[in-house]
Amino acid sequence: MACIEARGLRKAFGTTIALDGIDLRVEEGRILGLIGPNGAGKTTALNAILGLTPYQGELRVLGRDPWTERDQLMRDVCFIADVAVLPRWISVSQALDYVAGVHPRFDRAKAEGFLAKTSIRSASKVKHLSKGMVAQLHLALVMAIDARLLVLDEPTLGLDILYRKQFYDSLLNDYFDRSRTIVVTTHQVEEVQHVLTDLMFINRGRIVLECSIEELESRYLEVVLHPEQLAAARAFKPMHERQVFGRSILLFDAVDRQQLAALGDVRTPSIADLFVAVIGNQAGQAQGAAR
Amino acid sequence: MNTQSNAIPESPLESQVIAPTVIPATRLMYWSVRRELWENRSIYIAPLAVAALFLFGFLISTIHLRDKMRAALALTPAQQHELIEQPYTFAALLIMGATFIVGVFYCLDALHGERRDRSILFWKSLPVSDLTTVLSKASILLVVLPLLTFAITVVTQWIMLLLSTAVLLGSGISVATLWAHVPLFQKDVMLLYHLLAIHSLWYAPIYGWLLLVSAWARRAAFLWAALPILAISVVEKIAFNTSHFATLLVSRLGGGPEDAAFPVSSGMSMDPLTHLSVGQFLISPGLWIGLAITAAFLVAAVRLRHSQGPI
Repeated sequence: MACIEARGLRKAFGTTIALDGIDLRVEEGRILGLIGPNGAGKTTALNAILGLTPYQGELRVLGRDPWTERDQLMRDVCFIADVAVLPRWISVSQALDYVAGVHPRFDRAKAEGFLAKTSIRSASKVKHLSKGMVAQLHLALVMAIDARLLVLDEPTLGLDILYRKQFYDSLLNDYFDRSRTIVVTTHQVEEVQHVLTDLMFINRGRIVLECSIEELESRYLEVVLHPEQLAAARAFKPMHERQVFGRSILLFDAVDRQQLAALGDVRTPSIADLFVAVIGNQAGQAQGAAR
Repeated sequence: MNTQSNAIPESPLESQVIAPTVIPATRLMYWSVRRELWENRSIYIAPLAVAALFLFGFLISTIHLRDKMRAALALTPAQQHELIEQPYTFAALLIMGATFIVGVFYCLDALHGERRDRSILFWKSLPVSDLTTVLSKASILLVVLPLLTFAITVVTQWIMLLLSTAVLLGSGISVATLWAHVPLFQKDVMLLYHLLAIHSLWYAPIYGWLLLVSAWARRAAFLWAALPILAISVVEKIAFNTSHFATLLVSRLGGGPEDAAFPVSSGMSMDPLTHLSVGQFLISPGLWIGLAITAAFLVAAVRLRHSQGPI
C-alpha cells in the first residue's frame, strides 16, 4: 500500500491556483524531499495531506481521506508544521502529559530520554525557551510517537546551523527505520540532500521533477568545462549553464558519462544546482529559493 | 464520535498491534478540558480573587457586627432577615458576576487564540477531533464554571458564617438569630440550581454565539460578537419601530423564563425552596429553543474549526 496517493489533486484560492492537478505516490519507507520556490504549492500540498485544507481530486493517506478523517489519521501521522506552533503558555511537562493523554502511540519515557540529552528542563514554559529549544522539544514529542508518516514543513526555518544539523541527525539516527515514511519541505536543500531517498520539485502548483536519489545520481551530470570545450559540450544540449570563477559548469540530463568525461570534470550535481536548473528554466524566475 | 468503527483495527498492514490504537472519548475530553484550565488560569483565579477580596472586606466589617446584630433585634423578622442575609447574597452575586465575565472573555478567545498564535497546527497534529475540542471548550462554560462558582461561593459563605459566629460568641451575643436567618444548606441547594439552570442551560446560547464568533472572526472577536446584535436591534427599530429582539436578549440575560428560576433574588421569603419551580423551568419553551440554538451554534463552530487554519 502506498503511504500517500493522490490523483488530480487541485486547490485554488480564489483565482490563484495553488495546486494544479497533482498526481503523487509516496511508498512506505521513503524520505521524500518536496522542494519548490515560495508560493509553489508545497505547504498547500502538505496541508491537504494532513487534512488541514479541503481539496479537489482524489487523495488517500494511509488509506484514509485526510479531510474527513483527520483525527483518526493523526494516530498514525505526525507533523511539525512550523518551528513555532507549540503554544507559548504550555510547560514542557504539561506538553508531555497532554500528548501522553491523547495519543495512543506516544511513549513518554522515550520523549523524556530525548529531552534529557538537551538542556530543556521539564518545568520550563515554551515562551521561555529559545527557538532552537522549542524545535528540539517538538521533535522530541514527535519522535516519541510511533507513527507511520511524519510530515515536516520547514521544520528548521530560522534555526542556527548547529540546531539544524542536530535536528536531521537525530531524525535519521533515532527515528527513521525504513518502515516509516517522512515527507519534508525545506529551503535548506543542501542540508537534507544526504537524508533523502526521493526528490520532488514543485513549481506553480505542478510537479516539475520527480525522481529517487539513485536516479538523480545516474541521470543528471554536471561537467566543469575547459573553456575551449564549451561549443562541443553545448552540442549535447545542456539543461543549464553557469559560470563560476570563469569556468563554465553545464548540467546535462541523460547524457552518457563517458562522452562528458572527455570534456571536463564530471560530477553529480547538488540538489540545489539541479533545482536552479529545473526551476530557473521555467519561464525565467527562479526565486533563489534553493540558493 | 464513532467508537464502533474505531474499535476495528485500522489496517491489515498495521505492524504495531501492541499499543492500544484508540483512546476512549472520555479520556480525550478529560485531557482537552485540563488543557483549557492550564491555558486559562483566570477561570479559577478571577473568582478566587473576588472571593478573597470580599472576605477581606467582610472581615473588616465584622468590627461593627455586634452593633448590627443588636440593632437587628429591634426590627421585624422580615427586615431582620434582609439585613442579616444581605452580605451572603451579595457575595454570591459578586462571584457569579466575576465568573460570567471570565466566561465571556474565555469564549471569545477560545477558538480565536489558537488560530492567532498558530498553535492550532500543533493541536490538529494530535488525534483529537474538532468536535471534542469545541465540546471541551463549551463544557468549561456549561459545567466547569458553574460548579466552580458553586464551590467558591459555598466556601466563601461558610467562612463568612463561621467568622460571624466566632465574633458574636466572643462578644457574648446569641448566634441563634444569625443562624436562623442564614440557612446555608438551603441556600446552597438554591445556588446550585440557579447556576445549573441559568448560568449553564439558560445562558448556553450566549456562550454558543460567542464561541461561534471566536471560531469565525479573524480579528476583533468582541466587536463581531456585539455588532450583529446591535445591527439587528437597530434595523428592527427603524423598519418596524419594535424592539422584540432587544427584549428577547434582555430577558435572556436577565435570567429565566418569567421569574421562575431566579431564586437568589427571592430574599424576602422565609422558605425560598418553594420558589424553585424546577418543573416550570424545564417545560418552558424558551429553555429548549435556546438549547437548540446553542447546538446549532456549536455545530457551526465545529465546522469552522475544521476548515480554518491559522490567521
